[in-house]
Amino acid sequence: MDIVIIGLLLGGTYALIAMGLNLQYGVARIMNLANGEMLVAGGFTAFWFYTAGNISPLLTIFIVAPVAFAANWLIYRIMLEPLVRRAKSRGQLEVDSILATFGMSFIAVGLMLAFFGGDYFNYSFLAVPVTIMGDTYAQNRVVAFLAAVVICAILYAWITYSRTGLSLRAIAVSPESARLAGINVRQRAAIAFALGGAITAVGGALISSFLTLDASAGVAFTLKALIIVIMGGVGDVRGTIIAALLLGVVETLVASLIDPGLTLAAAYTLFILVLLFRPQGLFGRKPT
Amino acid sequence: MSEAVLSLRGVTKRFGGLIAVNTIDFQVRPGQVVGLIGPNGSGKSTTLNLISGALPLTEGEIHLRGSTISGLRADKIARRGISRTFQLVRLLPSMTVEQNIIAGAVFGHRRRWGAEARQEAARLVERVGLVGKGNMAVGQLTYIDTKRVELARALASDPTVLLLDEWLAGLNPTELQVGIDLIHSLRDEGRTIVLVEHVMDAIRSLCDYCVVMSSGAKIAEGTPSQVLSDPEVIRAYLGDDDA
Amino acid sequence: MIAGKELQGVIVATILLLIAGALPYYGSDYLLSLGITIAMFTVLATSWALFSGPTHYISLATAAFFGLGTYTAGLGIETLPFWVLIGLAGVLGAGLAALVGLATLRLSGVYFVIFTLGLAELVRQVITWGQNMTGQKGLYVLTDFTEANLYQMLVALGAAVFLVGWLINRSRLGFALRIIGDDETVAAHSGINTALAKVLLFMVSGAVAAMTGAILAPRYVYIEPALAFTPLLSFQVVIMALLGGVHRLWGPIVGVIPFTIILETISANFPNQVTLFIGIVFLVIVYFIPRGFAGLIEQMRDWSRSREGLT
Repeated sequence: MDIVIIGLLLGGTYALIAMGLNLQYGVARIMNLANGEMLVAGGFTAFWFYTAGNISPLLTIFIVAPVAFAANWLIYRIMLEPLVRRAKSRGQLEVDSILATFGMSFIAVGLMLAFFGGDYFNYSFLAVPVTIMGDTYAQNRVVAFLAAVVICAILYAWITYSRTGLSLRAIAVSPESARLAGINVRQRAAIAFALGGAITAVGGALISSFLTLDASAGVAFTLKALIIVIMGGVGDVRGTIIAALLLGVVETLVASLIDPGLTLAAAYTLFILVLLFRPQGLFGRKPT
Repeated sequence: MSEAVLSLRGVTKRFGGLIAVNTIDFQVRPGQVVGLIGPNGSGKSTTLNLISGALPLTEGEIHLRGSTISGLRADKIARRGISRTFQLVRLLPSMTVEQNIIAGAVFGHRRRWGAEARQEAARLVERVGLVGKGNMAVGQLTYIDTKRVELARALASDPTVLLLDEWLAGLNPTELQVGIDLIHSLRDEGRTIVLVEHVMDAIRSLCDYCVVMSSGAKIAEGTPSQVLSDPEVIRAYLGDDDA
Repeated sequence: MIAGKELQGVIVATILLLIAGALPYYGSDYLLSLGITIAMFTVLATSWALFSGPTHYISLATAAFFGLGTYTAGLGIETLPFWVLIGLAGVLGAGLAALVGLATLRLSGVYFVIFTLGLAELVRQVITWGQNMTGQKGLYVLTDFTEANLYQMLVALGAAVFLVGWLINRSRLGFALRIIGDDETVAAHSGINTALAKVLLFMVSGAVAAMTGAILAPRYVYIEPALAFTPLLSFQVVIMALLGGVHRLWGPIVGVIPFTIILETISANFPNQVTLFIGIVFLVIVYFIPRGFAGLIEQMRDWSRSREGLT
């Protein structure tokens, strides 16, 4: 039972990261393979603020979010928009954006290695036990989970009820029709990309409070976020959350019952099963 | 009357809750040109996509010369002898006109390769009126020439049934006459053709038989003059008197 | 039938191949060691481009196939002759590629990339776990082969890859893949079994990568999962192939040679900047030379021809 709860706690933060990626892919149509590096950067910032100024990661996210938003907005405008503009087909944009974001991912890893070195970094934030239903859990995991839930809820409400959220959903369904309805697709795509990056970075700051990260840890998170997005269905917020929780639980089960070295293998096996049996995502309709 | 080459029985396609094609039946006899007509969104192109295997059908059966082709993949259906053009012209951008046509000759119903395929492509270049343009890149072609290339590619496998999806759409009046004459010459060759078309002149002069669809269902069939004077067909196109 | 221009190409390729194959007789040890790296990446990048060039599917599975081959050689070296192991590695690589291809090549390119990205990591974790369970750590691959032997095996494999690639390009399969790369819907409606064509080519590329891994196993002497399944290998192959240009059979090698030399220099002098360098080259390819060096060379040739035409 406690394994399931630990898994759900982990899944909550995964949901946040995957929501970020889903926004970027679903709305801005960029499969961002540098997503994990944004996460690690968020984690680095939290680590730095905590060790240098003893500032809680829960406060740091209010700095991380706007900075990451601005950085991602610039990345989209400067680096990715030219690719969107020159792409003759969705397939070409896909290949270009995969290669470009791979490049950015390598550059980000290279820069982080240069500035911070290759060491693992962690810090001890709220590393005290709490008791839930008779079992004890690390408080930092619970706090990170709650923060993720709050952010997910705000994001979900915003996408569902706000005007901007509606326009983002419209673009996700059909960019051409959205344009005809008077939506500035380019500007909104940049916003979605920036927002997605900000959410991922915040997720990284939260994760760093209970996981050990290093400069090259990003790719594993990218892979997990991608798997969650595909399982949950592109553009499907609820699907993403459920897939993230599922992945968190499966990973934790495998890690504690079989071997901690197999977490990525477990995530990957789950992905293969989804690809083989429900390629449209867990809750998606069959494509027509 | 001879045996049907192509027959559709109870063909139905649902997209979620929407019934795009509703229990359609019709038959095509050898050498016949059958027009699939109806207002926009009536399910004509979807029907064509079901025949060619671009979309899987929800219910019903399609037979080609007595054997079932519904449920097969598009490439299998092409090999059985159905080839098609697309509503929005799809050429192979990295290849020349001749290579585009050869692409239709190598893997389809009748398969040729090497010199034989090149000969056939050269013959078709002439047949559809592209003389001297065989080595051009497809990006340099005029609109009607792109349509010609697509037609030649579809003909290259010597199909039993040729499906034309609004092949005449978008042509200017002069080109339209050229286009109608070209299809007419295929009909004179004895080709069996199913075409989706909006151009009434073309339907009158080309089709032996018409199937009229509206909101996914077949509402009439018969010769062009029969169906075009059918009150229900007129209502489908023009709406009710009080509308 | 071979046209005059093609014959010229064949002769040039054969001469270059002989010169390359004879390197152990005139080159220094350093040159030979560099030659092995270049030969390895030439084989990997060329076979990668055979599949990814026409289809535009980006495969990051090279490391998985390579590691599979290395492990095949490592596990069988005591019992089977080496050439049998190379062949076996090829068969296993093709088999793994067929499985991966059947599962993913029906889907869009993004799924394929993600799937292949994770594949090496999956195999690595499973093997590591298997070793932990059995208490075994790594494998010793002890043979009498010299560096020169291994190098010449790689060159021979390279020659085979070029020959196969040339034959495929002239065949219906090669033509089918070009059509698929242009428009998959048209391909299917022209009677091409698109899934089969893609899987076949992916199997070729998987088999070659596994054979390369098998040939190089004796060079590592001691193999362990982290060495055999290094994900960076997949990226290096992708980048070298794209840098050279994947639309020509000779394209990848034009990328492999300069990239390998520069990368060796950087990793010798600034080992921490390797990732940064790879990242920058990725961006250079995407933004400035999408058709690679081969594209640039062709552009320059066309340009000088049109200038000659003017004068």
